[in-house]
Amino acid sequence: MIELTDVHKSFGQNEVLKGITASVQKGEVVCIIGPSGSGKSTILRCINGLESYDRGEINVEGLKVDRDAPSIVKVRTQVSMVFQRFNLFPHRTVLENVVEGPLFVKKEPHAQVLERGRALLGQVGLAEKADAHPPQLSGGQQQRVAIARALAMQPKAILFDEPTSALDPELVGDVLGVMRKLADDGMTMVVVTHEMGFARDVADRVLFIDGGVIVEQGPAKALLNQPQHPRTQDFLRRVLHPL
Amino acid sequence: MKGFWHDAVEFFPILMSGVALTIIVTIGSLLLSTVLGLIWAMMRVSGIKVLSMLSASLINVIRGIPIIVLLFYLYFVMPDLGVTLSALQAAILGLGIAYSAYQAENFRAGIEAIDKGQIEAAQSIGMGWWLTMRRVVLPQAVRIVLPPYGNVMIMMLKDSSQASTITVAELALQGKLIASSTFKNTSVFTLVALMYLTMSIPLILLVRHFEKRAGKK
Repeated sequence: MIELTDVHKSFGQNEVLKGITASVQKGEVVCIIGPSGSGKSTILRCINGLESYDRGEINVEGLKVDRDAPSIVKVRTQVSMVFQRFNLFPHRTVLENVVEGPLFVKKEPHAQVLERGRALLGQVGLAEKADAHPPQLSGGQQQRVAIARALAMQPKAILFDEPTSALDPELVGDVLGVMRKLADDGMTMVVVTHEMGFARDVADRVLFIDGGVIVEQGPAKALLNQPQHPRTQDFLRRVLHPL
Repeated sequence: MKGFWHDAVEFFPILMSGVALTIIVTIGSLLLSTVLGLIWAMMRVSGIKVLSMLSASLINVIRGIPIIVLLFYLYFVMPDLGVTLSALQAAILGLGIAYSAYQAENFRAGIEAIDKGQIEAAQSIGMGWWLTMRRVVLPQAVRIVLPPYGNVMIMMLKDSSQASTITVAELALQGKLIASSTFKNTSVFTLVALMYLTMSIPLILLVRHFEKRAGKK
């Protein structure tokens, strides 16, 4: 349902994506791993048009991603995004954050959306926080609200951009737990992450990206346990055994 | 001192008619400058090059002309171009235009202070430019913008006295007229100063309230 064909992207002189070709099937969980600055996040940001790309093509459900075309709204309502720094709207309550998109973008009926919003908050374990404001919540709670906000759009896929990197270590588990449940329920997910345990246990497939290209990809367990490419081996050794 | 109280009682009613005009000029030009300032600021952050350059040059032109010259232009020159304005209309228009430049810069600073992640989050749930502004950016920018907005209100109240130069009989001009016919300069201008101060104090308190609220977050 998500297809990238030879995608190139430069920031000024710096070419961050040098021909990315990949696809994500419906119901699949794909983790993207790789060193900082390798272009992992840029791939996600290109898929929902937060960033433009210079060459190649990205399709979501057969719809070409073009951030300057009106069709980008359709892409974005089908593919939700969860950010590293949550980006919740601080001036609205938790419940208002969750229902904002369905109410004002998709213009769904009020009562129905509120009911779904509350149900989603229950699903991420924060039903009792519906009327709190985001700054009153912990990072882990905020990220779970952000996931509920993404789900409220009833998307066909969710992109996660390092969803646990800004969290205190003891809060990471709650967020990963919610994500694992989503994966079990068949949600299509693309996850940029440094959580190798999550990638191994939950992902169907892992892409290792370095220097703007896909160096190696394959089934999660195979790639993480027996990486073939020396750069992948080197990266995993550093991440898994930093000492 | 006894003389002062006597004068105060005598001049108070006339000066109050000046106060009424001062308030009308201030509120009128405040509303106009707010609307214009919002338009300039929106053009500035629209991401459309022509609009943002147009707005930037407009702001610079307005900023580069003294208020008093703007007032003279509207009141004395416009009739030659076939547009005749009453003194009050010219005063409100002139002060409104002059202050729209400062309002615009203030609004723009407030809008640009909003975290880029907020805009990305809005876009990622499918919001367009206007919906992002209305639902996400502006409500948060208001908090940031209010304290300087309050300061602009105080400055406008005082600058409304410049309308006296084009014959609007607001507080300053009323004072001057009484003073020049009675020669009681001390009583009259002390009264005028006290009346401006009385009007400013609530605004000063309002700014303090805004600042506290903005700081609390």
